[in-house]
Amino acid sequence: MSTLSQHEHDESESLLHEALAGGHLPRWSPAAVAVASIAVAFLLNVLTPVDGVAGTAVVAAVLFLVGQTGWSFVVEGRRHAVDRLATTGVYATFVIAVVPLVAVLGTVIVKGLSVISQEFLTTSMRFTTPRSEGGGLYHALIGTLEQVGIAALFGIPLGILAAIYLVEYAPSMRTRRLAHSISFFVDVMTGVPSVVVGLFVYTAFVLTLGLERSGFAASIALTILMLPVVVRSTEEMLRIVPRDLREASYALGIPKWRTILRIVLPTAMSGIITGAMLAVARVAGETAPLLLTTFISQSINTNPFKGPQAALPTFIWDQFTSGTDASVDRAWGGALVLIVLVMVLYASAKLVSRFTGVKKI
Amino acid sequence: MSTTLEPPGTPAPPAAATGIKGASVRRGDRVFVGLSRGAGILILVTMAAIAVFLIWKAIPSLQANTANFFTTTDWTPDAQPAYFGIAALVFGTVMTAIIAMLLAVPVGIGIALFIAHYASKRLASTLGFVTDLLAAVPSIIFGMWGIQFLTPQLQGFMQWLTTYFGWIPIFSNDLGIYTRSIMIAGIVLAIMVLPTISAITREVFVQTPRAHIEAALALGATRWEMVRMSIFPFARPGMISASMLGLGRALGETIAVALLLSATYDINWHITEPGGITFAANIALKWNEAGNIGLSALIASGLVLFVITLAVNMAARLIIARRSEFSGAN
Repeated sequence: MSTLSQHEHDESESLLHEALAGGHLPRWSPAAVAVASIAVAFLLNVLTPVDGVAGTAVVAAVLFLVGQTGWSFVVEGRRHAVDRLATTGVYATFVIAVVPLVAVLGTVIVKGLSVISQEFLTTSMRFTTPRSEGGGLYHALIGTLEQVGIAALFGIPLGILAAIYLVEYAPSMRTRRLAHSISFFVDVMTGVPSVVVGLFVYTAFVLTLGLERSGFAASIALTILMLPVVVRSTEEMLRIVPRDLREASYALGIPKWRTILRIVLPTAMSGIITGAMLAVARVAGETAPLLLTTFISQSINTNPFKGPQAALPTFIWDQFTSGTDASVDRAWGGALVLIVLVMVLYASAKLVSRFTGVKKI
Repeated sequence: MSTTLEPPGTPAPPAAATGIKGASVRRGDRVFVGLSRGAGILILVTMAAIAVFLIWKAIPSLQANTANFFTTTDWTPDAQPAYFGIAALVFGTVMTAIIAMLLAVPVGIGIALFIAHYASKRLASTLGFVTDLLAAVPSIIFGMWGIQFLTPQLQGFMQWLTTYFGWIPIFSNDLGIYTRSIMIAGIVLAIMVLPTISAITREVFVQTPRAHIEAALALGATRWEMVRMSIFPFARPGMISASMLGLGRALGETIAVALLLSATYDINWHITEPGGITFAANIALKWNEAGNIGLSALIASGLVLFVITLAVNMAARLIIARRSEFSGAN
């Protein structure tokens, strides 16, 4: 019995060792397979009809997948081979996310920089025909700043108020159903296409109330688009304000509304500002609602309530669809200005939140 | 949540507070409650008003229409008599959205997985920033980029697709022209909805209980097996609703598609050939040349788009809401 069990013991131990430790690819295996597959792909590029950077890259990627999975399958077994395949796939999505962003930003910067000049930033299109060079987007810049500014003026306070209702008042009231449906429709509202909001503003304010197609009509559309974003972000910020702060304030006999104004809002302010800036950045690039609610103007109009008014997105649309070389160039210049505007808003929002975030207690 | 100290001024205020200035306390609160509730109700009113006004203003064209609104592909609402239908719009919208979803959902989930469970903290925050930036690029810029950069880049790929997969009907291309196609619009849409899908999926992935993950790993699972055993089952509702929110965006995306498609009102299954149109793009392209019935017809099509996106979004939100109520994680 003893010899037999000794033998069995050895065998099972080696099986156990095999199962637990198993074969293992060396640490350098991914790098080695990568180098090998790139080399083979390059050879194929030279020797066979596989051509182009993209083609070679795809071939190299396929070789890498096959090579690594195959090697791993032989040495480590099926489960680890599948795991390595999945890991490669997940890492590949990283590349897939970065490539379009780099390509978009690169295209805009390269094509836009050749157009940007002092003249481009400080003149309107009033005396420039689509075919001729020159002209600029000053009128559109004014329009965008006014329209988005007005939208922010309405959208941010309304959004903050709605969020205050949802977080501060609704839980202690008996109108849970109202709060529930508001909260639900805020979420649904973020998904309403911007073109539908444009249609709504046109039907309600232009066709029905007799407002003319103007920068202000566009502002209303942008307000509606901004509102749910502001509500959501403010709501999240208010929820992380520690309950102790509120209760300390109540204990001092301070009424609820003053507690909200003096304690809760200041504590959450940086987060609220961040959310509001992101909302502004999001609507600043909206084109569809502006196309439906304004007339595009080629000259400066500082009055958002009257007459046609340009904005950056509609300027880009107008120039790009004109289709001449000069106007398409101007469209790219406009795209660069718009993207810089959006990115500056975006980056400063992130900075605000990084340096003045709500202090956790 | 409900077991908090009641602030003075609400239903049963402490005697001291009421004794001194209860009335003014109540008034301030009442004003503030009124304002904030008003803002909340305004949101409900807006949603209702969108539906009401679109229905109201769509009626004239629907009455004047001599064609079947749902099965006609032509779009000539300003002709005498008006003759238009949404069949081509439905086809274009659904096809571009399907292509976008097929491409964006796996990649979006992969990105979310990478950020949540594969990458180092530093790399993860970089990639999170990258996807957020992608979300911040205005859609008109994606449209211009799609025409002037992506379309030329994809020529070779499209030809390759037709050469080797042309026997599959949708990839065959009789014209030999590969621009302004539903396929390219779908690819650009995929890039545009990627941030939506990955951001929401990432949030759900991060919430996977630590114990589930560690239990799987302790049983000897590889990382991928852990993902399949603990993360995916936990996050499935979140993944579904993230995809549906992405779908909602893809269905309603306007300007990029309007730039990318050459508005033709027919149902062409050859998705690499030029042609196709979507609800949203049609509205943007036809708006300024439409007469009275034309505007009303566009509003009618906008109403259909509103109903579709509303249904998709509400379904997505209900799925997510149900999960957060019953899961033990929150």
